[in-house]
Amino acid sequence: MSNEVILSMRGISMTFPGVRALSDVDFTLRSGEIHALMGENGAGKSTLIKCLTGVNDFEKGEIFMGPERRPIRNHSTLEAQKNGISTVYQEVNLCPNLSVAENLFIGREPLTALHTIKRQAMVKRARELMKKLDINVDVTQTLDHYSIALQQMIAIARAVDMECKVLILDEPTSSLDDNEVEKLFSMMRTLRDEGIGIIFVTHFLEQVYAVCDRITVLRNGQLVGEFEISDLPRLKLVAAMMGKDFNDLASIRTKEKTEISPELEIEARGLSHERKIKPFDLDIHKGEVVGLTGLLGSGRSELARTIYGADRAQTGTLKVDGKPAKIKAPIDAMRLGMGLLPDDRKAEGIVEDLSVRENIILAMQSLAGVVKRIPMDKQMEITKKFIELLEIKTPSTETLVKQLSGGNQQKVIIARWLATNPDFLILDEPTRGIDVGTKTEIQKLVIQLAEEGKSVIFISSEIEEMLRACNRLAVLRDGEKVGELTENLTQESVMKVIAGGEQK
Amino acid sequence: MNWLKRIVKKPLFLPLFSVFLVLIINVVYDAVQGNFALEFFRIELKEGALYGRIIDILNRGSEAAILAIGMTLAVSSSAGTDISVGSVMSLSGSLCCMLLAGFGVTHVREVSDLRMPIFVGVIAGIGVAGLCGLFNGFLVAKMKIQPMVATLIFFTAGRAIGLLLTNNKMVYIHLEQFKVFGGKLWIFPTPTVIAALCVAVMAVILRITSLGTYIQSVGINPRASRIAGINSVAIIMLCYIICGLFAGVAGIVATSRIYSADSNNIGLNLELDAILAVALGGNSLGGGRFNLAGSIIGAYTIQAITTTMYALGVAKAQAPVYKAIIVLLIVVVQSPVVKAYFARRRAQKEGALAFAGRG
Repeated sequence: MSNEVILSMRGISMTFPGVRALSDVDFTLRSGEIHALMGENGAGKSTLIKCLTGVNDFEKGEIFMGPERRPIRNHSTLEAQKNGISTVYQEVNLCPNLSVAENLFIGREPLTALHTIKRQAMVKRARELMKKLDINVDVTQTLDHYSIALQQMIAIARAVDMECKVLILDEPTSSLDDNEVEKLFSMMRTLRDEGIGIIFVTHFLEQVYAVCDRITVLRNGQLVGEFEISDLPRLKLVAAMMGKDFNDLASIRTKEKTEISPELEIEARGLSHERKIKPFDLDIHKGEVVGLTGLLGSGRSELARTIYGADRAQTGTLKVDGKPAKIKAPIDAMRLGMGLLPDDRKAEGIVEDLSVRENIILAMQSLAGVVKRIPMDKQMEITKKFIELLEIKTPSTETLVKQLSGGNQQKVIIARWLATNPDFLILDEPTRGIDVGTKTEIQKLVIQLAEEGKSVIFISSEIEEMLRACNRLAVLRDGEKVGELTENLTQESVMKVIAGGEQK
Repeated sequence: MNWLKRIVKKPLFLPLFSVFLVLIINVVYDAVQGNFALEFFRIELKEGALYGRIIDILNRGSEAAILAIGMTLAVSSSAGTDISVGSVMSLSGSLCCMLLAGFGVTHVREVSDLRMPIFVGVIAGIGVAGLCGLFNGFLVAKMKIQPMVATLIFFTAGRAIGLLLTNNKMVYIHLEQFKVFGGKLWIFPTPTVIAALCVAVMAVILRITSLGTYIQSVGINPRASRIAGINSVAIIMLCYIICGLFAGVAGIVATSRIYSADSNNIGLNLELDAILAVALGGNSLGGGRFNLAGSIIGAYTIQAITTTMYALGVAKAQAPVYKAIIVLLIVVVQSPVVKAYFARRRAQKEGALAFAGRG
């Protein structure tokens, strides 16, 4: 390992309309290292990568290549490739109907004097390349013959063969199984030993510790720091990603618990959905607020959605209020007294071209059925009641919901579910993108619902909020429910379980 | 100016404006020709029936108006068009006539020659159109095939099945009881009465049930609708069934007009008029919010243009060219780009005013 700096990014800043995506971020890559780029969703990992590869144009900052610190600025991925920076994405960007050899040399085929392709030479070089990287494929077969893992390795081989000095792997392991991941890792190590600098973007903590030498952590578009892997145990990494100062974790008082009924509202056994959430058990008592915590993408939304039937459970059984329940679609869950406020407000929450009134009444109306239209005066009465109760700021009941601000849109959807008077409400990130005042109101509302004997699943990225509102926390990691915390709810204890693994 | 702004902002402003435009052309033309300026609006009673250009438009435009009802719902829920309706009209008429006359019989002159009561044949015709709608809806909603591709099947097959049913011949029903659907009811043209009935039925359904909200919700955001408990597959299928049923009704009317099953010509190109009617009505072909009244007005606007052409003495062969020009004008005026242009101008003007006010 020469360990000389081959890439340095300095003071990179960029804004999307209304959002500061990156502010003053530094990143340094040395030759012969695997460098993890970590952060929660929206931390700016992808944006930083895109600035490097020329997909995004950043406003401020500089990028230098090589030990001689040659300044570069890419305007396209092609230009980035010429500068020795190649990227392999989660989805393989190759042509499945072309042969492996053709894919390896597409756009840079060895040509004869007449500008026809030297097929023999191409196949020969392809075979050599595959042999060198220890990939066992027949290069004359079409690419779709091979698994995603092999396709990904072929994509990497193609990247490496193009005089690449910096290789970016963006979530390459998401669709691979353990064996395939191991193969990919050994290939990465081979390339590292040849002196290539690898930037590895992933959200799997285990994999970072399995293969990386260094970690750079981003949060909210800002650089948290660069760490040697040995200096940053899991717990500290999680703390850095979430923005909690590990040494300063004051243990938060446990909320004086209200009486929780011994009766169960929800009793889930072995529910799972495809590969997103592995089989889990979960009990929720009446009047209890259960928080789901874990890093973004850990499966906390998926768990809740599986109970609700937004994602249909493939295995397991569910009892609601003591009775076995078959939930095929959300309407079945709604008839059992459930409601779900989804985390993606725009995609799954609001019906943007309908009015505030129509949006609030929607769930209630679908429970009543298409034939029994709720009379207009009743609709108005309900709408006005919730506009007042939740202090929704709207010019009128007939204003289209898309014209409201994000926080008010969120309140409209909360109103939609409160109007159905549910026994069990799932709130997935109800406070995201909402001002502080409204956040507190929503937390109060959750506690109030529990006092009325209703059960609530509360999901939030902000641990303090969860600690304040929840009686119990279920912790998820990599699509699996890994633990529950009832006693001694503190940030530290929660983060320990989130981080998982042995503490160093 | 404020009242003007308010009117311009009404959703029905543009469709009504288009009709108005066509009417003005007529009035100006008549005035220039030295005719009575309001010739266009004259309605008289001739041989016990209302007669006049307006009546003619209301009569001839009926099929398109009936189709436009169903098309509006299909477009709103699925963000796609049902291009099979013209062909399904023809199938509906053919089945009806075949059942009434019996397979292979080409003429029915006496009531006693009928194989079954007329209303049974009519209901069967409308029913088969409903089945076509069910089939279309299944492909669109359940199989997630693009609406235009899914309905292309009956666009192609509908007419052909009709020809099979009628043994490739014209089937005539020379009976007053059958001609009535395309004829007159007391002094009114029956097609207009049927169209009005269809509109009324749909309007009542939309008023007393929450179907309208469901359809729009599914059309705007199917995922959010699902989370809120709406079965979007069922809703989209229902819309295509309704669209099919109305195509059946329109088919019976068109067949009754010529008291024969002319499988090759009934409803020919009418799906295009229906789609255009929806667009002229100010509805987005991208689905979502819809305005039924707009579509109906749109359908009659198209007929008004056609009738105007003939009144102006445009030869039948050239009429489509002028029709196309008028449609182009209307569509461009309603296009988002033009709307945005006027919005910008308004903003500029207001900005300038604010600036002047400050100085």
